[in-house]
Amino acid sequence: MPAVEHRLILKHADTPGYTPDLACYQRHGGYDVLKKALALAPKTTPDGKTLSPQEQLRQEVTTSGLRGRGGAGFSCGMKWSLVDRKSGKPIYLVCNADESEPGTFKDRQIIYKDPHQLLEGMIISSFANDVRLAYIYIRGEFVEGAKILNRAIAEARAAGFLGRNILAAGFDLEIHVHRGAGAYICGEETGLIESLEGKRPYPRIKPPYFPAVLGLYQCPTIVNNVETLCHVKHIVAMGGAEYAKLGTPNNTGTRIVCLSGQVQRPGYFEVEVGKATLREIIFDPAFGGGLRDGRKLKTIIPGGVSSKVFKAGEKVKLKGRGPDGKETVNELDVLDLPYDFTSLMAAGSMSGSGAVIVLDDSTDIVAALANISTFFAHESCGQCTPCREGSLWMSKALDRLTHGGGRAQDADYLAKIADNIPGGRTICAFGEACSWPVQSFVGKFKDEFAAKGAADQARRQNNGQAATKT
Amino acid sequence: MSEAATAKVFKPAPPVDRITVKVDGQVVVVPKLSPDWQGKLVPTTMIQACEAAGVTIPHYCYHPQLPVAGNCRMCLVEFGTPALGPDRKPVTNPDGSAVINKSPRPAIACATPVSPGMEIYANTPGVKAMRQGVLEFLLINHPLDCPICDQAGECKLQEYSVEYGQSATRFVEAKVHKPKAVDLGPRIMLDDERCILCTRCIRFTRDFVGDDALGIVNRGSYNTIATYPGHKFDNNYTLNTVDLCPVGALTSKDFRFEMRVWFLRETKSVCPSCGTGCNLLIGSRENRIYRYTPRDNPAVNGPWMCDAGRLDYKWIARDDRLKDARGSRPEVRTWRDVLAELAGRLRPATAGSVAIVASARLTNEELYLIRKLAQRLGAATDTIPHLGDGDRLLVNADKNPNTAGARLLGISAKPAGANLNDFAAGIRDGLIKTLIVFREDVTRFGLGADLLGRLDTLVASNVLPNETTKLAHFVLPGCAPAEKRGSFTNIHGRVQRITKAVEPPGDARPEWEFLGELLELITDRRAPATIEGLFNQMAGEVPAFHGLRWAALGDSGVTMPLEPGK
Repeated sequence: MPAVEHRLILKHADTPGYTPDLACYQRHGGYDVLKKALALAPKTTPDGKTLSPQEQLRQEVTTSGLRGRGGAGFSCGMKWSLVDRKSGKPIYLVCNADESEPGTFKDRQIIYKDPHQLLEGMIISSFANDVRLAYIYIRGEFVEGAKILNRAIAEARAAGFLGRNILAAGFDLEIHVHRGAGAYICGEETGLIESLEGKRPYPRIKPPYFPAVLGLYQCPTIVNNVETLCHVKHIVAMGGAEYAKLGTPNNTGTRIVCLSGQVQRPGYFEVEVGKATLREIIFDPAFGGGLRDGRKLKTIIPGGVSSKVFKAGEKVKLKGRGPDGKETVNELDVLDLPYDFTSLMAAGSMSGSGAVIVLDDSTDIVAALANISTFFAHESCGQCTPCREGSLWMSKALDRLTHGGGRAQDADYLAKIADNIPGGRTICAFGEACSWPVQSFVGKFKDEFAAKGAADQARRQNNGQAATKT
Repeated sequence: MSEAATAKVFKPAPPVDRITVKVDGQVVVVPKLSPDWQGKLVPTTMIQACEAAGVTIPHYCYHPQLPVAGNCRMCLVEFGTPALGPDRKPVTNPDGSAVINKSPRPAIACATPVSPGMEIYANTPGVKAMRQGVLEFLLINHPLDCPICDQAGECKLQEYSVEYGQSATRFVEAKVHKPKAVDLGPRIMLDDERCILCTRCIRFTRDFVGDDALGIVNRGSYNTIATYPGHKFDNNYTLNTVDLCPVGALTSKDFRFEMRVWFLRETKSVCPSCGTGCNLLIGSRENRIYRYTPRDNPAVNGPWMCDAGRLDYKWIARDDRLKDARGSRPEVRTWRDVLAELAGRLRPATAGSVAIVASARLTNEELYLIRKLAQRLGAATDTIPHLGDGDRLLVNADKNPNTAGARLLGISAKPAGANLNDFAAGIRDGLIKTLIVFREDVTRFGLGADLLGRLDTLVASNVLPNETTKLAHFVLPGCAPAEKRGSFTNIHGRVQRITKAVEPPGDARPEWEFLGELLELITDRRAPATIEGLFNQMAGEVPAFHGLRWAALGDSGVTMPLEPGK
């Protein structure tokens, strides 16, 4: 069965005539789910326990199997369940709208085209978690996005969906928009929290600073991605169990895939998680439409530039369970990987923020990696040693390699630097983010790196000999 | 203050939950909670457990007296925790030992709490490789200018390089260049290229001092320590950042380029600049003092001291120091003759005709001898209080180091200085004929030149000349605290030893030496010839010091109740 788009989050966003204002949103059923959530009555379970409306909502999210759409794919229900609800301190909800992983452009579609959907998701999530104050941390470059959100918040407040005693249900909530100042690290949740507190966005050490316990202003805090929070609205609308039927087991719902690079039709596509393969996303006429004429696929960056790359033709082994419960190993071409959290992780990479970047055979792989490393060297916050020093070291080496200063041993040199950064050596996942591309590019295209280095070295030697002769 | 000090010492320890962990195979039992940098009980960390097991974990950013930052990554260790079965109970091997699940990821020992049954692997090849990696990263952009760096010899980069460094570098790129010789403030110079960005200095001044003066600007490898634009790093504790800095980034303007640290002899002593009595090390070479550095004493100053106290040593080497003993006639100028002449004048003095202005800058032992002299002569005594600014950290408003000692020995009036008016009246009325002054310029405290001129005998002992020494018939040159031994009693009653680091100039002698000789000449009874003997005699005789022995004071002193009998 060919893959098709399944638009849940972006159902209306691209409909001609759909505008980001409240009236339009409400004409399309906007805030009905919020009304439903706020009207929930306490429910008694078969075993005699009474569940508050908040507990019911949280249970629906857990049942839905929703996984975070920001990058790590962590279970949303689990994240909410870890919140310290007995501390006596306020609980904060922070929407991570810093969307800064290169190749990712999905959250901005929601913010620019359907901001009220995000607000409704946030209000429901806040209600479910007893949050009275929520923040949207939006990347500084989304100047217009911040304006749109502020306008939407004002509209929602005027209509009684925000502020005091929302919909006369006795629930108060304020949402503030906070603009970032242009740093990738602010997308890391604890860095984001520091930045929100007005400090340098240095990610916090965990333990002890788990946001669910010691987050914003040292209070329990939930940090969720824009798309994740929108899904909460649909989960409450459909019911967790019904939502979980979308997608594949443990990879439920839909997600927005951002396709970029050297394909015919770059863009964003909302699909059921795991119902489309990388091949379909890249080559299907309904999606990427294939490569440019006469070009062959060289490599795929499957989940934003911090994910490990796949080489065209690479075979990956997927472990699974057959109908008899026995473990099966399925070897398949990387293009046949279902685009979901589990499969990509099993294949040694990740679906990250949903950004698929396609590079064809016209790509200079050394230059591509140099470009990525320049980004990471610029964006490393510099707090902890391996990432601070390693990211710039790799970037400088790659810069040298792209400017004729290569050496035969540079492939090994790069790999060894990269090996000293990830695996828990750094405070946050940025260490992985800056080293994984280097590890995978150099690992999978070692011949190209080695050839480039050796050629540079040989040319320098020849020049030297020529100079000696004259 | 005395209440607080007593509470600190005598508060009963609460019952302690304990956790058993293994460090490199060695079983160690540690408290479940340990004090953090503010003394608050928080879960015990791996680095504390390793310390308890005698296993040192290398680190740069961690400091027990500062909030944990966890940024240097030098303290990464591997660890495992007991495996739990489906019933949440530990799974055991056939031999009964617990099955350990080794964590796939390392943890920073400085911030990770220990849990029951945890096994910490601090010296595996994997851990060593991580340390090598971190050290390599720290060194690639470091200028490696040890030959001209003041930190050389006490540098953590050097020390860990011996253990985890490589002799050759594989780094072939251009180093990052950053500002050098940055004038951070009146006492601190920064070399940003040497900085490893551990943020100890930032945390110290922000969290301990309360002066949020330092921060980091720029990004990534270009990160740079800086003050806020237009502001100077200038509080009374800035020089502690020089000690805290594990590398040579922050240097003391006073000490930089003056002396290689391995040439310095370190003498344990106590700061004489205020009533706190911070423990310190005197760094000296060839009879010259180059620096004071704080010496950790949790009961007094922790690992810190103030800038003012630290730099208060220059006067010791002043050229105009009093170097010669002087009697009433020019030909009397050896100590033997001066003391003989003075004893001759004092011996027949009638009770009430001699007054002594002592000083709370003298040691307990010297004040004890003055007390004996006063008792023999029937002389009234007092000291002059010197008050200045104090703060909530270490600086006491009392600028005398031994106010408590002078009070406990009965030298000071109540309050100190209250007798000075009586002394003035006594001199004016001709009742007081002899005045002995130690370490003070009494002309600034109501006993002017006209009054002093009425005296038959004015004796002045000091280290530096002043109006009183100029007018004196007898001058007895004494010693700076760094030039003699003895003890001070700080404002909270802690009796602490000072030790001689350098020789006094000329004929100057420790006051306790010539006071003992003078006393012998007057009383025909020999005073103990050593500080140990003198102190022990005092402890036997003066109730406030009962029970103390010189040897028992140790390097960090002993706190005595300030109001004996209570």
